[in-house]
Amino acid sequence: MTTTTLARAINDGLRHALSNDPSVLLLGEDIGRLGGVFRVTDGLRADFGADRVVDTPLGEAGIVGTAVGLAMRGYRPVCEIQFDGFVYPAVNQIITQLAKYRHRSDGRIAMPVVIRIPYGGGIGSIEHHSESPEAYFAHTPGLKVVTCATPDDAFTMIGQAISSDDPVIFLEPKRRYWSKGAVTDAPSLGLHRARTVRDGSDLTLVAYGPLVTPALEVARVAEEEGHSVEVIDLRSLAPLDTATVIASVLRTGRLVVAHEASRTHGIGAEIAARVQEEAFYALEAPVLRVTGYDTPYPPSRLEEEWLPGVERMLAAVDRSLAH
Amino acid sequence: MPRTPRTSAKAKDRSSPIQLLTPEGEIVRDNKLPFDPLSADLPALYRDMVMTRRLDTEAIALQRQGELGLWPSLFGQEAAQVGAARALLPNDMVFPTYREHGVAWCRGLDPASLLGLFRGTTLGGWDPADANFNLYTLVIGAQTLHGVGYAMGIVRDLARDLLDTSKGGTGELPAVLVFLGDGALSEGETNEAFIWATTQSLPVVFFCQNNQWAISAPYSVQSTVPVAQRAAGFGLPGVRVDGNDVLACLAATRRALRKARTGGGPTLIEAFTYRRNAHTTADDASRYRESAEEKEWAGKDPIARLHAHLTATGAVEPAFFDEVEAEAKDFAEGLRSRCRALPEPDASLPFEHTYAEMTPELHRQLAHHRAHLASLQETAEHAGDRA
Ligand SMILES: Cc1ncc(C[n+]2csc(CCOP(=O)(O)OP(=O)(O)O)c2C)c(N)n1
Ligand SMILES: [Mg+2]
Repeated sequence: MTTTTLARAINDGLRHALSNDPSVLLLGEDIGRLGGVFRVTDGLRADFGADRVVDTPLGEAGIVGTAVGLAMRGYRPVCEIQFDGFVYPAVNQIITQLAKYRHRSDGRIAMPVVIRIPYGGGIGSIEHHSESPEAYFAHTPGLKVVTCATPDDAFTMIGQAISSDDPVIFLEPKRRYWSKGAVTDAPSLGLHRARTVRDGSDLTLVAYGPLVTPALEVARVAEEEGHSVEVIDLRSLAPLDTATVIASVLRTGRLVVAHEASRTHGIGAEIAARVQEEAFYALEAPVLRVTGYDTPYPPSRLEEEWLPGVERMLAAVDRSLAH
Repeated sequence: MPRTPRTSAKAKDRSSPIQLLTPEGEIVRDNKLPFDPLSADLPALYRDMVMTRRLDTEAIALQRQGELGLWPSLFGQEAAQVGAARALLPNDMVFPTYREHGVAWCRGLDPASLLGLFRGTTLGGWDPADANFNLYTLVIGAQTLHGVGYAMGIVRDLARDLLDTSKGGTGELPAVLVFLGDGALSEGETNEAFIWATTQSLPVVFFCQNNQWAISAPYSVQSTVPVAQRAAGFGLPGVRVDGNDVLACLAATRRALRKARTGGGPTLIEAFTYRRNAHTTADDASRYRESAEEKEWAGKDPIARLHAHLTATGAVEPAFFDEVEAEAKDFAEGLRSRCRALPEPDASLPFEHTYAEMTPELHRQLAHHRAHLASLQETAEHAGDRA
């Protein structure tokens, strides 16, 4: 067991994959010589060569489009998109090609491609550097979408994503890149399972990626106030591990879902829909969402309050418990 | 067949497409594209073009009869496709658009498998590995990047000693042949493909059939610069050939593929041709172009000129043409019945192939769908009982 940052844990996971499987290669802007703008790929080019840690031209469609072709030739490309807000030029390749090739080919052609995207806000950055695009991808059949919240999960999940025979959008909570935590070799959960990170009996709080840390803080504060909050780290946004959430809600009767992404048609809406379908009579209160607002991401001077944080989550917990 | 063909009258004009077989059926020489006519099997090329055209005509008929939902005709582009395809070696990989039926024919793909996509029985229809012919791509320009990525894989396979270059008896690196239309040149992805291919000197050849139309948009809507000239800005050679001249297309593609295989990097070939039918069977070309233009291009038929050459030179017996016709007729009849016999897809197909393994949610949805289908069946049976 070692203690390391989330960024370093991904680096270790990539290194592991590159070492163990010669068909793995990394593609992206500034990932080689520079080691990526967040240094997630630091040192990998030196160790695995420029053919396997490829500094690509500046074109996101090109990165994903060539990854599709490499996959057809038997490779397992891992693409880095520099920031969340710059994935959109690649969306055509992601949605019309990457997500659909298996289906188009009647199952003959697999697309074992990972697209790593640093996402989310809270780093005081300029426009396009703080977005949460997960719902676009989670809404696309054929794609899998996952996100990690801890170094331990970062390390195991990147490895699982690379081993997956389906395309995986791998969302990295960029404001947690420097958070430290223990990385174990303990057998981990499957890639598409949610994890109950704190047990509780009064209310279920579902979060993922950057909001798992404040969700745990919410549970701690609530406990001081005499309320037992169960926290679930969703981890996989597509497919959704509804079973874990439903099982929890059947016990607690209350559900709050939190995400940074804007509210309408978001992941929270889908969870609310599934919970009311399958646990309607267990619910003691309406399912509540604590999310970013339905606006573009604000200037950074406004982001602290715009983002759902401990206070807004606590308020939702109180509202739910008041029912 | 003259041993030393005269120099093409067009050879001096730099912008006019390279021609090796004139519309009158004469083989000519052009120093810009050296070619030994003896290296081509002319009767075989003729047969390929006739069969390709027959495939196309038959598919159009099948669409008219309601057997296909849609068909993009290649009428007029037979020489471009057959010329390019016959330059390929078995190990080479082809990335087509949706109009490369002639290339499919030359690759030895079962022609009936081309029909499923347009009949609605599948979104693909064949295994790309069978004939090294990828599935059709309907999103304009998207396949250019796939071909480039595939070529990146070939280069890495070589570095990893994975390439059995003796396979197919070639002893050479496989290359990638990417097809695209003139309209596709405006897509950003195509431009990115050129950048990737040149900066990494990849074994890929871009074969652009400039049929002068992208649905209703003439080439002047896409660019003020001829296709082949656009290559220069990316740093790849651009070659402009007469797309209705099967020999020029064959020669240019052979040369470019050879260059690609030996580490010389990519080439952009422009085959200047004409889409003689509407964009697809759903399109009406009279809304945007003059019939005079169509007539002019009818006079430049790619098959007629090889026919003229074979006749004038006595390279084949007159019976040859009848034999090819008869073969085409048989082929068309077979295609018709095979189209009707294409298997209907099972309703579970989309559910099964969205992911490597069905997710729990998809299992639920499929169960729901099956119940729905069963209830439809029951309703239909009840209605039958009452009748
Ligand atoms: C990205 C995209 N935009 C629009 C279309 C609709 N569309 C289908 S074919 C076509 C014209 C393509 O022209 P060209 O590249 O010259 O190929 P051609 O059809 O002439 O073979 C268009 C606009 C499409 N298939 N994909
Ligand atoms: Mg065109």
